[in-house]
Amino acid sequence: MKIWVYIDHFKGEALPASWEAIGAAKSLGGDVSALVLGSGIEALTNTAFEYGADEVLLADDAALADFRTETYATALSVLVSDAAPGLLLFPTTSRGRELAGMTAIDLNSGVLVDVIALEADGDKVVATRPIYAGKLLQKTACNATPQIITLRGRAFAKLEAESGRTGTLTKVDANVGEEKSTVEGYGETTSGVSLTDAGVIVSGGRGTSNNPALEAPGDMSDEEAEVWRAQQGFALIGDLAKTLGAAVGASRAAVDANYIPYANQVGQTGKVVSPDLYIANGISGAIQHLAGMRNSKIIVAINKDADAPIFKKARYGVVGDLHQIVPALTEAMKAKLGK
Amino acid sequence: MKIVVCVKVVPDSAATLVAENGQPSWGDAPLVINPWDEYAVEAALNMGGDVTVISMGDESAKEATKHALAMGCNEAILISDPALSTIDTQGTAKVLAAAIQKIGDVDMVFFGKQAIDGDSGITPAQTARVLGYPALTLASSIEVDGSNVKVERSIEEGSQTVSAALPAVFSLVKEYGEPRYPSFMGIRKASRAQVPVWDLAELGIEAPTPAVTIEGIENPPARDVSIEMIEGGSPTEIAEKLADKIMAEKIL
Repeated sequence: MKIWVYIDHFKGEALPASWEAIGAAKSLGGDVSALVLGSGIEALTNTAFEYGADEVLLADDAALADFRTETYATALSVLVSDAAPGLLLFPTTSRGRELAGMTAIDLNSGVLVDVIALEADGDKVVATRPIYAGKLLQKTACNATPQIITLRGRAFAKLEAESGRTGTLTKVDANVGEEKSTVEGYGETTSGVSLTDAGVIVSGGRGTSNNPALEAPGDMSDEEAEVWRAQQGFALIGDLAKTLGAAVGASRAAVDANYIPYANQVGQTGKVVSPDLYIANGISGAIQHLAGMRNSKIIVAINKDADAPIFKKARYGVVGDLHQIVPALTEAMKAKLGK
Repeated sequence: MKIVVCVKVVPDSAATLVAENGQPSWGDAPLVINPWDEYAVEAALNMGGDVTVISMGDESAKEATKHALAMGCNEAILISDPALSTIDTQGTAKVLAAAIQKIGDVDMVFFGKQAIDGDSGITPAQTARVLGYPALTLASSIEVDGSNVKVERSIEEGSQTVSAALPAVFSLVKEYGEPRYPSFMGIRKASRAQVPVWDLAELGIEAPTPAVTIEGIENPPARDVSIEMIEGGSPTEIAEKLADKIMAEKIL
């Protein structure tokens, strides 16, 4: 079967889940072509070969400079109609998700979104995807052609990059169609480790504000003082995260109390994550939070309350004050990692 | 300004889900409006116009339209047809688009960013594609200027500003701002509202053939975790022991 993998990138920098999708495609067998669409992005071609693509389909066109789902979907649909691959894979990023969705409408097919496992039965692929934030798993298949699937980050292994590996480079035209919207600009953008790609996450909850040793500046209201204390708590969490090269997460309670921006929220109405190591600090473990991080390989819980539900999911637990344990852990880890 | 907001009914986010006979079961947990859709209703109401809430499903979907009416929507429509029981997101987009076209002259269509049951998050973009409207998804702020609109979007890398001409489809994220609570008067009005039901014949379309089929629903494999409590005489001692355990896992 001919498999196409869409390489999602932001300004020429590929999201790691794109390379994982090539790995997943290779494990299904067949010819794997990577689709690289954009402007001035030829450098991605070599990386796609190094991660295992047999062919790269490159549409390098100024009209593709800013990702817009509509224009990309039209370009993609035309290419697919011409070459008729049996399977289209996308990483489950905000762009990959919607691009897959629109392409499915154009091609009268369907999408299996945020898949964590694939089984091939001849040319038919049966996919497993979490629903209800992972409280259940759904087995599902696409019965139209092409089958369209988006793959969750960190659910599939990328191949070891093979330096100097090459393949067939095919330059293709981009039929961008009608532009429906215009990108006016970007706000503050970050290139740090995103929660969904992170191998290690250090998270904080309501407990971050609960440091009796701290005296907030006197001119603050009770609410301001609470947020201020929580920010001191999150500073300790940030130090540990920095030492471990980790991303910082938070519970919904901490986000709702304005301790930290929503972008950091882990859980059913935040981000669903699956790092190798998840350190939960001052998080009691509401079912919505557990749904978002239950697939972490190793969970460490630090909480004052020995009855907190988070301990039921954790591999290692500490009953204690995060404001004392976290800085001590940062120092201990620094020493062990030689930092 | 004519506005439509699409909402879905889902089991409460605190519900425990189990697979029973290949179907999801949430016990006696309440059915509520999808939490993301409350942001969509909030945005729709802030635009200043006539807001119609639509939902697709059986009688239970009225729980979602009722909440939206109580928040302040003017009218509700339920799309219900036995032929829709195996519908996929592509089909949902086609049916919603048909309903939006039947309502007619709609300027803005609002969705929550995804539903917390299926977690697909593609229906807004797909509905926009069927309608031929721009998809201004993951919006955290919306500014209308005549027949044009400017939207700030939340993407992985931060924020992006996009402009387009109306009509357009929007999906809303939490950064938009807290949705309002239903007022007492709103709840009374909603409980008395008559919600018309449209079936596929009323929409003048055939049931879309699902491209996606569900082969089964399973409980996730149980995690075999036995917790090891780390204790010690001082934070330093505890941290040292915990650091050794973490290092021994060989994941750093």
